[in-house]
Amino acid sequence: MFDWLQNLPLLLPWLVILPLVWALLSLALGTHYRHWLAGLAIAALMLVNLGLVGQWLLEGDLTYALGGWEAPLGIQLRLDGLALALVGVTSLVITACALHASTYLDDYPRAQQYFWPLLAFIWASLNVIWLSADLFNLYVGLELLGLSAVGLVALTGQAEALGAALRYLYAALLGSLAYLLGVALIYSGYGQLDLLALAPLLQSDASTRLALALMTLGLLLKTAIFPLHSWLPPAHGKALPPVSALLSALVVKASFYILARLWLQTGTQVVVPSAAQMLGILGAGAIFWGGWMAWRQNELKMLVAYSTVAQLGYLMLMFPLAIGVSPAAAQLAWEGGWLHLIAHALAKAAMFLAAGNLVLAMRRPDLQGLHGVGRFLPFSLLGFGLAGVSIMGLPPSGGFMAKWLLLQSALLSGQWWWLLVLVAGSALSALYIFKVYQQCYVDDTEVDSFRHPSLWMDVSSILLAILAVGLGILSAWPQALIGSVLDGGAG
Amino acid sequence: MSEFYIYALTGGLLSSLGLLGFVFHQHLLRRLIAFNLMGSGCFLLLTGLSQSKQGVDPLPQALVLTGIVVAVAATALALVLIRRWYHLTGQTALPEDIQPLDSQHQKEPE
Repeated sequence: MFDWLQNLPLLLPWLVILPLVWALLSLALGTHYRHWLAGLAIAALMLVNLGLVGQWLLEGDLTYALGGWEAPLGIQLRLDGLALALVGVTSLVITACALHASTYLDDYPRAQQYFWPLLAFIWASLNVIWLSADLFNLYVGLELLGLSAVGLVALTGQAEALGAALRYLYAALLGSLAYLLGVALIYSGYGQLDLLALAPLLQSDASTRLALALMTLGLLLKTAIFPLHSWLPPAHGKALPPVSALLSALVVKASFYILARLWLQTGTQVVVPSAAQMLGILGAGAIFWGGWMAWRQNELKMLVAYSTVAQLGYLMLMFPLAIGVSPAAAQLAWEGGWLHLIAHALAKAAMFLAAGNLVLAMRRPDLQGLHGVGRFLPFSLLGFGLAGVSIMGLPPSGGFMAKWLLLQSALLSGQWWWLLVLVAGSALSALYIFKVYQQCYVDDTEVDSFRHPSLWMDVSSILLAILAVGLGILSAWPQALIGSVLDGGAG
Repeated sequence: MSEFYIYALTGGLLSSLGLLGFVFHQHLLRRLIAFNLMGSGCFLLLTGLSQSKQGVDPLPQALVLTGIVVAVAATALALVLIRRWYHLTGQTALPEDIQPLDSQHQKEPE
């Protein structure tokens, strides 16, 4: 009965083509029909997603050679379980952000003109990155993503946002050049850019190590891993809320995705456990420094932005937990790390959208402005509260499941020090999130006129937060998707 | 030693020069030019290194062409942002302390 699905051979490239068409059309049409166009594009992309899920279940990993040119010369798109999971999460988060922006941007008529095309470009470049199978295509995807993200940060055109955008742009450019240098070295050594084809070829010689180090450095800078994170808080904290949500949930994850594929799939012959421990130490630094700085912030959105710095640190724990350990422990770390990425994407997007709603309602950005929110705007607070549950890692949320898997992996491989980092990091995040809750229930405010956020703005945040919490209960399915990539026995 | 290594070496030199400029300059335009220098060095390295084996390999040239397009787009975006930044603030460099915490620190000694 599923024959018709197998007879649809060309679904994969539409993941990239559709958003690009959307971007061009919305550039051409300006702000006319922007909501119709967005709705149409999102609906079409969701259908393509569903079709791909069906095709993947029936046929396993899908590949598509652009223009009929095969791997060594042409560009290949490849969809495995992990890419499928990330494509799905991207669609969910972008849909929610678009829903939020459709009413939030009514206050920013000038930003309307550029927000929608840039959103579409972000979607296209994210899909390119999830699907790309070769190093250079990943570079192009990274650059397109970086440039659109910088454009989104600068959307309001105010000095604060411009400064943040410039700093972000310079960091992103430096990161991509370091990555490109690494690609040049790899190509000169092996004459090959395909990730899977490179895996058995790579040798542990000086030039390969230098190449991998350069790429890692560039990607760490783009992922804003401590101590290279200083561009992230202003860029994410000063942008418009739907933009911050997109950047924190998805954009920084793209460069991490490449890093993880490089280290755990392609470079397994080259990477050594001591280097993986170094990455883990950077992650621990990010968890503690980001958590501490988040706790010290006085602006709600800056607090959430520093929380992103901390949460990105957990992703780095994947490397020490998965490299140089038993296959079972590596599998747990792999699944836990990616589950954390997905849970954080959903929860952080919900949190930024909710924070934007709260700031809009109270008309001031600082934490003291939240006094009385718990009594007057419980609905707007709900999204923030539920997202906080996942960020803190309380059961039964997705954040909890992810940290649970990482904990088990640390126990299995006997690396108890990462256990301490995981537990202490969760305690620290509870500290800064409860600081926000507490301010919401202080009842000394004289303000009694709030600007009520529109229904869609609250709903988009709450839906994402429910997904983040529900991910813990329904984690078996994404886990199976993610795990299917490693079942070959790598690690 | 192949003649192509001259290109690769020049590329390496150029990108290190660019990196130095990028890190040590504060003027936004200077840093942008340094970035372009670094990019050109990268492209020379990419073509030079991989040509040294046997004859001319067309793939790196195609890659570099794409890279140049990306670099031009990035430069254009940076120029627009710098121009607007200059109009709004009158500054040609980024304030190194964007973090809001610093403003609190500055208040205390006053």
